[in-house]
This record gives sequence, C-alpha cells and structure tokens, in this order.
Amino acid sequence: MPESIALEERQRKTARPLDPNNPLAVVGAGTTFETVSEQISSIVLTRKTPPFWWYTFGFGLFLFVVFIISITYLLAKGVGIWGIEIPVAWAFAITNFVWWIGIGHAGTLISAFLLLMRQGWRNSINRFAEAMTIFAVMCAGMFPLFHLGRAWIFYWILPYPNTMTAQPNFRSPLVWDVFAVSTYFTISVLFWYIGMIPDLGTFRDRAVGRFKKGFYGVLAFGWRGSSHHWRLHQTACLLLAGIATPLVLSVHTVVSFDFTIAILPGWHSTIFPPYFVAGAIYSGFAMVLVLGLPLRAVYGLHNLVTVRHLNNCGKLMLATGLFLAYTYLIEPFTAWYSGNDFEMYTVHNRAFGPHSWSFWLVILLNVVIPQALWFYKVRTRVVPLFAVSIVVLVGMWVERFMIIVTALDRDFLPSSWSNFVATFWDNATFWGSIGMFIVLFMLFVRFFPMIPMAEVRELLPFSKPGGGTEK
Amino acid sequence: MPNQDFIPIEALTQGGEPKLWRTPEEFEGHSEELELENYSEEGIEFSGASRRRFLSLMAGSMALAGLTGCTRQPEETIMPYVNPPENVIPGRPKYYATAAPVNGIAEGVIVESHTGRPTKVEGNPDHPASFGATSVHSQACLMDLYDPDRGREIIYLGLPRNWASFQNAWSQVIAPVASRQGAGFQILTETVISPTLGAQLQAVLKKFPAAKWRQFDPAGPHSARAAAQMVFGKPVHTYYKLATADIVVSLDADFLACGRGSTRYARDFSTRRRQGDRLDMNRLYVIESTMTATGGKADHRLALRYTQVEEFARELAAALSVGDASGSGAYQSWVTRMARDLQAHKGASAIIPGEHQSPAVHALALAMNAALGNNGKTVIHTNPLEVQPLDQIESLRELSRDMNDGKVDVLLIMGGNPVYNAPADFHFTTGLEKVKTSVHCATQFNETSLKTTWHIPEPHFLEDWGDTRSLDGTASIIQPLIAPLYGDSRSQLQVLDTIVQYPGRSSYEIVRAYWSNQSGVKDFESWWRKSVHDGLIADSALPPISVTPNNNFGAPPSSSSGGMEIVMRPDVYMYDGRYANNMWLQELPHPMTKLTWDNAIFLSPKTAKRLRFDNQQHVELKYHDRSVRGSVWILPGHPDESTTVDLGYGRWHSGRAGNGAGFNVYPIRTSDALWTGTGVEFRKLDKPNPLATTQMNQSMEHRDVVIRNTLDGYKKNPNFAKQTEHAPPANLTLYPQWNYTGYAWAMSIDLTACVNCQACVIACQAENNIAVVGKEQVLARRAMHWLRIDTYYEGDISYPTAYYCPVPCMQCENAPCELVCPVQATNHSSDGLNDMVYNRCIGTRYCSNNCPWKVRRFNFFLFQDWKTETWKMQRNPDVSVRSRGVMEKCTYCVQRIREAEITAANEARYIHDGEIQTACMQVCPTQAIVFGDKNNSANRVAKLKAEKLNYAMYAELNTRPRTTYLAELRNQNPEFQGA
Repeated sequence: MPESIALEERQRKTARPLDPNNPLAVVGAGTTFETVSEQISSIVLTRKTPPFWWYTFGFGLFLFVVFIISITYLLAKGVGIWGIEIPVAWAFAITNFVWWIGIGHAGTLISAFLLLMRQGWRNSINRFAEAMTIFAVMCAGMFPLFHLGRAWIFYWILPYPNTMTAQPNFRSPLVWDVFAVSTYFTISVLFWYIGMIPDLGTFRDRAVGRFKKGFYGVLAFGWRGSSHHWRLHQTACLLLAGIATPLVLSVHTVVSFDFTIAILPGWHSTIFPPYFVAGAIYSGFAMVLVLGLPLRAVYGLHNLVTVRHLNNCGKLMLATGLFLAYTYLIEPFTAWYSGNDFEMYTVHNRAFGPHSWSFWLVILLNVVIPQALWFYKVRTRVVPLFAVSIVVLVGMWVERFMIIVTALDRDFLPSSWSNFVATFWDNATFWGSIGMFIVLFMLFVRFFPMIPMAEVRELLPFSKPGGGTEK
Repeated sequence: MPNQDFIPIEALTQGGEPKLWRTPEEFEGHSEELELENYSEEGIEFSGASRRRFLSLMAGSMALAGLTGCTRQPEETIMPYVNPPENVIPGRPKYYATAAPVNGIAEGVIVESHTGRPTKVEGNPDHPASFGATSVHSQACLMDLYDPDRGREIIYLGLPRNWASFQNAWSQVIAPVASRQGAGFQILTETVISPTLGAQLQAVLKKFPAAKWRQFDPAGPHSARAAAQMVFGKPVHTYYKLATADIVVSLDADFLACGRGSTRYARDFSTRRRQGDRLDMNRLYVIESTMTATGGKADHRLALRYTQVEEFARELAAALSVGDASGSGAYQSWVTRMARDLQAHKGASAIIPGEHQSPAVHALALAMNAALGNNGKTVIHTNPLEVQPLDQIESLRELSRDMNDGKVDVLLIMGGNPVYNAPADFHFTTGLEKVKTSVHCATQFNETSLKTTWHIPEPHFLEDWGDTRSLDGTASIIQPLIAPLYGDSRSQLQVLDTIVQYPGRSSYEIVRAYWSNQSGVKDFESWWRKSVHDGLIADSALPPISVTPNNNFGAPPSSSSGGMEIVMRPDVYMYDGRYANNMWLQELPHPMTKLTWDNAIFLSPKTAKRLRFDNQQHVELKYHDRSVRGSVWILPGHPDESTTVDLGYGRWHSGRAGNGAGFNVYPIRTSDALWTGTGVEFRKLDKPNPLATTQMNQSMEHRDVVIRNTLDGYKKNPNFAKQTEHAPPANLTLYPQWNYTGYAWAMSIDLTACVNCQACVIACQAENNIAVVGKEQVLARRAMHWLRIDTYYEGDISYPTAYYCPVPCMQCENAPCELVCPVQATNHSSDGLNDMVYNRCIGTRYCSNNCPWKVRRFNFFLFQDWKTETWKMQRNPDVSVRSRGVMEKCTYCVQRIREAEITAANEARYIHDGEIQTACMQVCPTQAIVFGDKNNSANRVAKLKAEKLNYAMYAELNTRPRTTYLAELRNQNPEFQGA
C-alpha cells in the first residue's frame, strides 16, 4: 500500500544510523540494540554516580529545604508574608504556576503529539521530557494550593459529595484549572509510566541484587517482552498519545482562561489561549534543552540525543518565539484599534509604567535574543543553545509576571493603583520550587531510564523488516 | 427608630463601690435567684474481662470519644434567667441617649448597647448639634472607652494605691493649705463647659479663696476669645446657622469636615446647597493656608500663607466698608468680586474664621458679619459656653511661673496633658517637678501622669454621669452605658466633691443635685427622666444676644519677615494629641493626603521642587533654636513658601498605638507663636522614613470617575451626567434578566453633599468589626476599610480642584466577582445584595482581581485581635469577626437589613423608607448617602436614582451596580473667569 511504503521509506531515510557522514542522523553511528541497553542501564545500575549528579542534587535539596521552610512559614503566618496586596492580589505564586505548567507542555508535545506525527527523533528525548512535564506539573500544583488564604480547605474546589451540599462554581476558571491540571497530571503519569514499562523490564533483567531486582520488578508490571505484550504496549501508547495530544492545547488554554475570563484590561483578551500555548511550548523546549544538554554531556549520550535533536528543538523554539513576537505586536494594535481607554492605558502602562522593565526585558529575552536561532551554528552548538534556552526560560517567567502584575497594579479605578514589591519569601518560595524540581528530576535521572531504550531500538535499522541492510 | 429605654442604668450606681464588669444578673441584683445547671461528662467504666470484651469496650469508648471530640469538655455553668431583666432580649440591642463631649464641645448621641456594653455610637436626631449624624470623634470615642492602655489604677509615685489611701494622703496634704485659705493650691482644667463641673470648681474656690483655677487647652478657640474681647469687650460665643446662608466665606476654617460644630455646619451647608433641586445652590469661598477638605469643596479657593490670609481679610473688610480696615491691595481682583457677591446677599451670608487663625482675622470676621447684617440670622452670638472664659495662654503662663517660682504646693490637674502640649517656653514640666503634690485625674495614664505624684483614672464619659453643652448651648445630661471598667476610677466631679465635702458623693448624685437646683421645675423627677431619655435638656440653648463690634482689629501683621513660614494646626483626627492611642483614628486616612499613622511636613509642589525634596524625603525642620524630624509630603493646593505641620503626634506614653507615631510638634511651639511663625530651615536626612498612605494615585487619569459640572453647565445641559456615563442598553446580556420582585436594596451617594469628613468610614469600622492593621500593613497596601473616600485632584497641581468619592461595594447585579469565585463564596441574594460567605471562602482572591473598584478587602494575616479583652467588648455581635485568609467587603449592613425584615415580618408590614439605615448613611452629617428599596418609587433612593444627575461609575462595564452617584455640581461665580 502506498502509505506504508512511503512510511518505511521515510523511516529508513531518517534512521540512516550507519552513515557516519550524516551529522543529522537521529541515532549515532555504531548503535545497536545491545549498546543501547547497555548504555542506558549502566547509568542507573552499574556505573558510579558522577559528581555532577551529587552537586546538582545537593543544590536542589538545599533549595527544596528552603521551599519547605517557606511553605511552613506561609501556612503558619498567612499569605501576607508575600508581597501581595489589594489590588495586586496575585503575583509570584500565579506567575510561578503558569510558568511551571507551561514548561510541562513541551514534554507532552514531544511524547504524544510528535508520536502521532510519527517523528522518529522524539523517540530518544521523550522520556526525560515527559518526566520534566510531570515534575513541572507537580511544582506548578504547589502554587494554586499554597497561595490560598485557607489552603487547608482547598478541597472545597472539588465537586465531591459533602454535608454542606455545596458544589464548586463551575463558571469559574479556577475550577476548570483544577480539572485541566489534574487530568494533565494523570495522563502524563500514565503515559510516562506505561511507556517506561519495557525499559523497566530491561532494568529488572539486568539488575543485580535482590532489592534492585525487586524494585524494578514490581515496576515492570510483569513485562515479558513477548510480541503480544509489544502489540498491546504499542496500542496503549498510541491511545494515550491520542488522549494526551489535545491536552497540549487545552491545558494551557484553560490556564489562560484564568485571565481572559476576568474583565481586567490586559487580561480580557481573546489572543491569550494561542498566545499562552505557544509560550508554553516555547519555554518547554527551552527547559528540555536546559536539561538535555548537560545530561547529554555528563552521561555521554551524544549518540542518542544527537545534533539532529538540538536542531529540531531549536527550530521549534524559534517558531513558537516568532508567534510570541507576533502577539507582542498584535496586542498594542488591538488595544489601539479598540479605542477602549482602559485597554490603551494598559498597553501604555506595560511599556512605560512602574513595571516597564518587565516589558522591555521580555522583548529582549523572548524576541530579540532568540532570533539567534535562525543560525544553524547556534542551533547545533551546545553552549549557544544552552544560553539561549536559559534566556528564554527567564524571559517567559518575566512575561508571566508582566501579564499578571501590570494588569493588576493599574486597572480601572486610579485610586487603587499601586506598586508591587516582592518580598524575600516570594523569592524563597519560587527558588525553592526550582529546588523541588531539581530534586525530583535528579532522582529520576539516578533511578530511571532517562532515554527510552525500547523506542530508540525502534529507530535502528535492525528493527525494520529486512534488518536494515538496504540503503 | 431606636428604642430609647431608660430603665436599668440607675441600678448601676446604687450602693457602694462600682465593681468591674458585671453580668446582667448582677445589674439587677438577682444573682441569688438563678438556677445553676452543672454540665459534666460521665467517664466510662472499665472492668477487666476477656479480650473480646476488652475490644468491644475499646471500640465503644473510641466511638464515644469520636462523638464527643478529642478532649474532655470543661465544666461550664449555664445560667438561664429565672426572672429576666425588663425588656432585655438577648440579641436585641438597646439604645440610650447621651452626649459625647469631644474636643471641648458636645454632640448629642444615641449609643447602641448589646447586653450591657456599648458597641456603636449614632447621632441623636433630636439634638441640634447632630440631627442624627455624628462627627468622626464621636464615633471613634468608643475605642477610647475600650482602650486597653487606659489608666486602671490609682498610682502614687509609680505604685498602685486605692481611693482610701488617696483620700488619706489628700487630707494630710491639704490641711496646711486649707489653713492658708488655699494659698499654694491651684487647679488646672481643660475648658470647662460642664455646668456641674463648673459649679464644683466654684465650690472649691469658695472653700479655698486663695486657690487659683487655671484652664488650658492647647488647641481651641483662643483667637475667638481674644477677638471677642477686642471687639465686644467681653466674652461672646459665636456659631453659625448655614441653612440660610447663600454665600459662605471660610477664612482658613475647615468647618465642614472637622472642628467644633462641624456636624451641624455640614448638615446645614449641604441642605442649603441642595435647595431648589440644586438649582439654587449656595456658594463657598475658601481662603486657606493649607489644603483641607472644606477647601476641596469650595467653589472658589485661594491658597495663601497664614499672614496673607489676614491681609486678605483686611482687604475684604475694607471692600465691605467695615471700619478703618485697609489692606495692601494685593488681592483686589478677588476681594472686589467677593464683596459684590456678599453684598448682594445681605443677611444671608457667613464669614467663618478658622479657629487657629489670628485674633485679628476673627475680629475682622465678626465685624464683617455684623456689617453684612448676618447677626441674628446666619451668625448667632450668645453668652459664652464656658463656665469661666479667660485667656487660657495667660492662665497657663501664670501657673507655670508660679510653679517655677515654687509657689505651688498642691496642684490638681483635671484632664489634659500639659507636659506633652504646653507651649515650650513655659517650661511647664520643670515647674511641675517642683510641685510637692500633684494629682493628675485623667482617663489615660499619659505623659503628664508620669510626672505627677498621683494619678487617678477618670471614667470615660460612657461610663459615668456628667453634663455638658453643645454648639448652641443646649445642655445635655451624660448618662453612662456601662459601669466603669476599672473600679478605682473617679470622675473629676467626684474628686472635687471629695475636696469640698468628705466623703464625696457619686457623680450621679452630684449631677442630680446640681440640676435639681438649676432646673427650677416643680416635678424634678419627670424633668430629669425626660432630659436623660431625650439626651438633651429642652430649651436649654443659650439665647442669642445682640452685640455690636467696635472696629479694633489690632495692628496689621508685619510683612512676611525672612524665611519660610510654618503653620501648626491641630490634626484633623488626632486633634491636640488626645486620640493618639485610638487606633481607629490613627488608621483613618487624612482626608486630603490619605496618610495614616503619621503626620508629615506639608509643602507645596513648587516649594518642594525648589528645595529639591522628593515626596517622603526625611528631613530635619529647624525653627528658631528647636528642631523636629519628619517626612515631607507634597500637598497639592498648599501655598508656596509655607509648611504646615499637624499637632497631636509624637507622643511617647500614650499606649501601643500612639507611641512613636509621627513626630512631636509641641517642642517648637511657643506661646508667642502658637499657630505660626517664620524662619524655618530644612536639612535632608539620609535615613528614609516612609509614610503610609491608602491612596497612591490621586488623579482621575482622564476617566469619568466623578462626573462633575458647574451649576451653569447643568442648567444648560441637564443630561450631562447621562451623556458622560455611557451606560449600555439594559437588554445587553446573553442571559435572561432576573426579575427583582420584593425588595431591591440600593444606595445613592450625592457627591455634591459629601464633604470628606469620613465619619462614614469610622462608622462602618465600628459596625462591622473591621480590623486595624497597623502602619506596616497599610504601607503594604492592606488597609481593611470596607468603605473608603477617594480624593482626586484636578487641574493645576498648585491650584487644584478636589473631588471626593465614597466607594462602598457597588453590589452589582452582574457582579464580576461572583462569576469567578471557585467555591461560590460570593453569591447574589434575591433582594439584590452581593453576599459574602466568610465560611466558604478559601481565599483565592480572584474576586478582588475582578472587581473594577477594588472594594474587596482580604485578611492577609490574622488582622483581627483575638486576645485583648476590652476590644472584644466593642465588637458588634451581629457581625462575624473574620479570621485569616478570607475576603470581606461592604454588605450594605446586611445585619441591619435582616433585622428590619424580621421586625417587619413579625408585624406583617412593609419596611418603611428610612427604617433601615446603613451605618455609613446613619452618621453622614450631610445625608449624602441614601439607602433603601428602589423597587418602591416613593422611596427616597428611588427618587434620587430617577434624577438626571444619577450615574453609575464605569457603567460601560455593564455590571449594573446598585450603588450609584449623583454628579457633583459647583456653583461658580460668573464674575470669576477660571479662578
């Protein structure tokens, strides 16, 4: 059938694993089934933990302890330890929430969306990207929980049968958030775990020692590696990918509704859903690179996460960054075109008000600097790409901050105009959440297969009919 | 209308020592008749048996433990009434009429009492000084009653004593003095307007003929007294009836928003302003030396330095052909036009001099009013209110001299705080230290009490009997609402009584004895009961007297001698400093600057620019050889080359709220320059000292927040308000409209009437248990006032026009806040209220984000005080006390609405118009706020909403607010073009 031939043809062409002259190969030369399994398993099972891991984990743990202290103090004293006020009642916490959730979207896009699009290059990076998503969602979830004035009754936002016979207000975007984020988390965990089962089976088989064998054995869920299992596995992954793909668009759309449903000028804007989704993918890929590049260097994964991956991630970042640049242009235009005084003032306030530094910083970090990604040399070299990714991550955080705070600090009634000043605890909680992420991610790197061995094997010609002897 | 019951208060005073806080039963003396029910738990018997039995018993006991809770209940005795006190229904408050003597003059009030403790002060509708409204100070004095830092014990040299030991010591100390006919014995009081207290003092002086009675109030009508002496040759009291005044000229008088009689003046002024459906407005000219709330209300305002105000007054007098007044001619353009306007309304104008202006200005005003024929019509002269009017500065000067010369052996200081606020050149404190025995009788243990040998705590006026006079002389009997909280307190009446006759009587007996002599009625008992019940003594207003002023205006002021001028005024809310520990008043924002918890050094924008000072620059102010340190505040509308500082701050022994708040101005205030002086220098300081303001932006930013016009503009285009409003059509909605049958609560706020006195803000705080957050939290933008008055400036920053906009919750029919609350903590009721359910709120604060007017307040910390016993007593039991993490906002006083609905339902009738008054509406002196059911077109609020001036703020947002405004009008003199 024409389609399947074309597919095989394409796979052969993109695989090209054995051609040492192709720098854009998806898998490095000399990779076989055995080397893949050995390379990844040894990281977890046999090789000594590199010092890099210890330093990073230690740093992350320190920040995580800061986070624990911040949250404890917050719960003990009250939300007032942050710099929030009336009118700026949301600041760092919601910024952090949107930033973290946005970061997670790249993982799902890589895992699910690119799987459905049959992009082979996603096969090696999707595991740690999906892990990144899960941990980012966990970090994100901390903030809507702890920013509540009475966090201990957060569960009233859930529609559970209760003696008060009270239901949440389904018209409120915050309730939609709950559904969106919880489904996102659930699907991501499921997808990640089920996709990992064959690799956990590999670990179980290769592990030495009762404890390790038992640990991975339980997690492997009875994987035998039979073709029946493989068939079920492939179907399951496809189905989950199908469910997860709409989430790439829907979750951050729902998060953007937190703002668009409000009547505030600067928030009440129909461009927010695509704007936020694009921004999410933008920051997500930046994080994938920020995580992937060091891992690649430290653990010697150059043959699995190749220049091709860096190039593709860079291209996706550029594309989404350009969409963001379009949004930054269209918003002032729409405000001017609307003739609405409040909207026009908000745009003016963004550019020239007390937090104008955030606006111009966003333009610099999200639009100007990432234009470097037009150049192949930047997209395929580690240091420039890492630098641009960090810049994008920072820029995206500042952009969320700008959206939230500049709309709140000067809204309709001039008498309530104010200035927002962050406190020490705002910063401690934010950096602490980064610590939480680092701790979780480092634990993942240490104990789980960060590259999906089974899926990388699919890229090798040996997995194709004919054994890849054809060119 | 409140139920004015008179019954059980007398029982408080019968027999012996008043005790600390009594239970209602003890009030009635019925405690021995109560039945006590003991409530205790039974333990669970355990007798060792088989394992099965053990387990079943354990299961049973754990189940019971689960049912009853984790801990053993404490034993509590509940005591139902067997014979309840008459007319006491727990949960239903009672109302008692009394009078509030605040700042040297009284206002009739009705105090709401919940189970024997006063919780709210309202105005007395029958009282001529109040007409049902109150001033800020009458409202806030409740916090003085419950001040936890009040004096509680009799103190001798720092150690507590009791009354008996004081009486003992006193008899020993006074014996040698008595043998000398009282030489060496002096009494220092504040201004005495209480007839009974005056009589007591006369009795003391009769017993000790050589003793001296001094009076001193640091603020107060010193200039008015001096002027009356100058032009009438005798003391004369002046007050104004502005209801018939077509033109009012204020010479540095903030008569609408604060000061003596402001409640009545504001009421009369706004009644006249709204005359003829606002087509016959009065006109207000304000010539002042700083920016005040009255100045912001002016139709024409001129900012002049303090001495220039006097020059202006002289020129105006010359233009009105008053005596031989003459001026420099610098203000001719204003003066000629004003004079023409005044002369066109002879007998219907009033020229009001500011209390702190010079005696010359007062004298000129008296003469001008006489020349304009205002006397007897809008300006009323009577005999003085004070029992013994005198020059108080001289009085204190003599006392200080006597003390420093060692001539004073026994000094009795009744009230006041002269150590803190005496003029600096008197050296009062050093003199006081030379006095062998000094007694300070005051409600607070303040700076003066630290320096006197004895301190006797005085009961607050809400705790004891007394009497007083108000603006027009109407006398009132002050009746207590609660037995004195601190058993050792003795009123000034009692202390004096003990000196005259030993043992002394109770205040009740003293006041009764005085009035049974004075009233001259046959049936004294009925007269007494009626007077106490009504809150005023009928026909006790002082009759107007006819006096003619001579034209003695004193020498004109010397032309502005070198250097910047300083003006020292009593603070709008702290007054002379006596309210420093009143945290409501500390947190109440200054009307024009919205500053809290601090005073500032006010400078005009030009002067600040010249001196290169930023706003809030911390500076040292040097005046003659003395200096104070404070922060600069740039005040639009302040005259150039002048600085104004407020008295009443910088106390060091007032209590937890007042200590360290602001800077003390009294050290630079000398008797020769009580209110003003020149030669001020500044020095920048490095350490910053931020000031906490509740409104950072005072510009309307070209938005139609306050829709305004001149009277002429209104006459030409009556629909200007609707045209500016941009209200969307009523059917612009996707959803079917809700049909509000039954009551539809709504509110209308008249911006022409609002004078920014902020009595409504304090009333709301008292009624709804609103927390005080402190300076740091106000700096963090977390002030909790549900109702606020926004002050906007417009025009040239040096000569701005000011606009006042009270902002309560708009109670929108399409409320943006209700949409976004995730847990339905805010809903809409069927009578149109936006309900806030504190129990359900989890604190996401989305509702606040979505409110265009930011009327919602959030409890970022536990702002409410849960520990201080006396503050618990003030709380209104009908309103929840909110805890940490919940949102709160104005509810249209829903507790009052529901109470009225229940009463009306019980009586099977409709709620009458005016039956429900929200707290803000009830105390507003100008009746700017009107609340009611808008579904009934006969109601006042419905009629106001039908007016052409009615508009909703930001109506284009389509939230359909129930709170709407009446656009503001100013009546400009057509002869002034753009002045």
